Amino acid sequence: MDSRKDDFDVIVVGGGPGGYVAAIRAAQLGMRTALVEKDRLGGVCLNWGCIPTKALLRSADVLRLVRGAATFGVDAQVLQVDVAAMVARSRAVAERLNAGVAGLLKKNGIHVLSGHARLAGGGELRIEQPGGASRGVRAKHIILATGARPREVVALPPDGQTVWTYRDALLPPQLPASMIVVGGGAIGIEFASFYRAVGVEVTVVEMADRILPVEDAEVSGHVAVSLGKEGIAIHAGAAVTSASRRDGRWHVILEGNGNHEVQAEVVLVAAGIVGNVEDLGLEHTAVKVERAHIVTGAHAETAEPGVYAIGDVAGPPWLAHKASHEGVLCVEHIAGIAAHPLNPLRVPACTYSHPQVASVGLTEEKARAAGHRVRVGKFPFAANGKAIAMGATVGFTKVVFDETSGELLGAHMVGDDVAEMIQGFVIAQTLESTETELMATIFPHPTMSESMHEAVLDAWGRVLHL
Amino acid sequence: MATMLRMPEVAASATSATLLAWNKQVGEAVAVGDVLAEIESEKAVVEYPAEAAGTIGQLLLAAGQEAEVGTPIAVLLAPGETTADAAALLATLEADAPATATGSGVEPGPAPVPALESVSTQLAGAPEPAKRVLASPLARRLARERGIDLADLRGSGPHGRIVKRDLEAARPLSAASVATAPSGESAFREIPHSGMRRTIARRLSESKASIPHFYLSADCRVERLLALREEFNANRPRRVSINDFIVRAVALALHEVPEANVAWTDTAMRQFAQADIAVAVATDDGLITPIVRGAEGKSVSQISAEIAGLAERARAGKLQPGEYRGGSFSVSNLGMYGVDEFTAIVNPPQAAILAVGAVRQQPVVENGAPACGSILRCTLSVDHRAIDGALAARWLAAFRKAVEAPFALLV
Repeated sequence: MDSRKDDFDVIVVGGGPGGYVAAIRAAQLGMRTALVEKDRLGGVCLNWGCIPTKALLRSADVLRLVRGAATFGVDAQVLQVDVAAMVARSRAVAERLNAGVAGLLKKNGIHVLSGHARLAGGGELRIEQPGGASRGVRAKHIILATGARPREVVALPPDGQTVWTYRDALLPPQLPASMIVVGGGAIGIEFASFYRAVGVEVTVVEMADRILPVEDAEVSGHVAVSLGKEGIAIHAGAAVTSASRRDGRWHVILEGNGNHEVQAEVVLVAAGIVGNVEDLGLEHTAVKVERAHIVTGAHAETAEPGVYAIGDVAGPPWLAHKASHEGVLCVEHIAGIAAHPLNPLRVPACTYSHPQVASVGLTEEKARAAGHRVRVGKFPFAANGKAIAMGATVGFTKVVFDETSGELLGAHMVGDDVAEMIQGFVIAQTLESTETELMATIFPHPTMSESMHEAVLDAWGRVLHL
Repeated sequence: MATMLRMPEVAASATSATLLAWNKQVGEAVAVGDVLAEIESEKAVVEYPAEAAGTIGQLLLAAGQEAEVGTPIAVLLAPGETTADAAALLATLEADAPATATGSGVEPGPAPVPALESVSTQLAGAPEPAKRVLASPLARRLARERGIDLADLRGSGPHGRIVKRDLEAARPLSAASVATAPSGESAFREIPHSGMRRTIARRLSESKASIPHFYLSADCRVERLLALREEFNANRPRRVSINDFIVRAVALALHEVPEANVAWTDTAMRQFAQADIAVAVATDDGLITPIVRGAEGKSVSQISAEIAGLAERARAGKLQPGEYRGGSFSVSNLGMYGVDEFTAIVNPPQAAILAVGAVRQQPVVENGAPACGSILRCTLSVDHRAIDGALAARWLAAFRKAVEAPFALLV
């Protein structure tokens, strides 16, 4: 056996947005790098998550726009909502990007190994290849980026037919007349938004006292009202206790806020995720697992020297960009480049429902609980010229500052395309701007981003257009 | 032409000062006499007035930062000039010869000094030229709040930029909060030193370490002074204090014994022409000693009014340097706090300080019979380099005479 061929500086296990980015960075730094993937390059993000859902939600946006075309003086009519065609487009988008990742890895000279990798201890990996053959490889550094999968709800085990996970929701076997979405987080709300737009009767069940519970309370409230107007029923503060299928419908019993029953043809389970920590050979290492996630240090290192974990498998927030960032910082740390630990307060998060949600940092509530004397500013899109012209007056921008230091503790946006704007605040945080620099920044007119400027001004009692 | 504004020498011996706040921002018009900034010198906050009209072109020193006297702190543009003129002026500055180290955080950097001097200082192993401190706006703000000098920190951001986490490593908690004590120690608070606190510490340490002190005490009978003060204050809206009389008595004693109105310098004895009496005033930030100048020529009520005004400005931190610099003799009175007697540390460059206690009733022997007397115990601390024991005793006798025969204080 050619030992050189099977010896690497870095082997990344998992080809999602954490893994393949880590591999590219390692290759950039001159490390001999391999990536093991048992399914499809790009991971859930690209194949079953971020990207294909955005393709579907875009279809919903187009539908919404055409339906409201008369408002803009355009006489148009929706003759047919072809969900199959929407799904086909979504798959084509994922396919295209999947090929793109393969190209990027090739370009960077990364060895892509197909199969299921298991740690064998001492820097060794056994790879079970698709044909059944097995192969041993070695690396000085092994980065686990195996991702996560949906958390199961005991009463509702997914079957792909009438109890769906996100994956089924991306490839619906048929369009149901009604759907219960269990879980009011980002994934649940995005699918609720899509399926409602294409005509499904949607009920959202959330255990916390409000949907999007990690978002600022005002944002959650605003989204709940908007979804309610679209005809989505929301049951917050409600836990699923039991479910039974009768007459072609699921009857789901909810507890909390008084027991009651909700019914639908299909249930989509989106109640959080758990890390893919099983069958990785962790038992051959000192790697510690807690609550279904690998325990890691500031630079993604595990308890086993030479083994690292990044992305969803290493714990929340379960976001592709967090995984990519951790991949880069982990590899740079390995290469001896000073890399700073991830600051969770500077990880933005977006929900692509209608209306969209984008946020970074502390909510007002958490900022106060952390002992900050806060200054809060808010500016509604209804007072923004561009938003009015676009017919996009739903939502607002909210900022939370520490009064004494002027630090931007958090920013919370709801409205059209806010996911494209939030990075303005993230950059401000990364550069450690205070309110002074944000107020002194010139925002182009007319744009919806002016609401960001105005919200900052509002926090300091200087709002201009309110 | 654009003018460079430099850190003024706000106190005689000060080599540096802290810029507390800018009252004008970039682009603001400035008229002659407008207050540009507030500068904290050794002992007080001083307003920095504009000497010429114009527009602020650039601020070179952030509020909260300290810089050496003479360091450029701002660029003032003449009417019609633009930021390009400011940039041109700054370019000449940067192109200048190597410079001495300046205070922290000076942007864009070195203050020019004559080339010859710089060569010699460099040969002498002088500090590196001050570098521009790279720090995020948030780090600058936090440093100012917590009294941390950015120049002391090593930045962990891109290109050594100081960012928030570097401040957290420097000092875990803000000054006002309770610090976590290492195990076994009690909790404590760390309050950053003010400029005034540092000055008190430095000057008094120097004084006690370098001035050979000796002390003389005297009991003064003050029945007549108390009676006179009562009479004096009757029907006056502004009452004078015992201390006002004492300052007057000190001035007259200095006038009568001018050899004691001196200061030690390495080259010569400096004898003062008038009695400039520094009066210790306690403020929230610490002790400051504003000066009643030429007190021998002022009436008790003038002295009283002057001390009241000085004390008020001292407590507001608004004393001008001329109001507390120099002086030939200090008076420190803790009588109002019920202190019977104490000794004070000489306040350099002065050569003596009188510590005044409280008036107390105590038995005395008068004409061979016991009686009740009102006694004020005063202790004179003296710089032995400048004043010998016999001279100090002569001065103290003159002082006691003035206090005990107080009508002389009124004429």
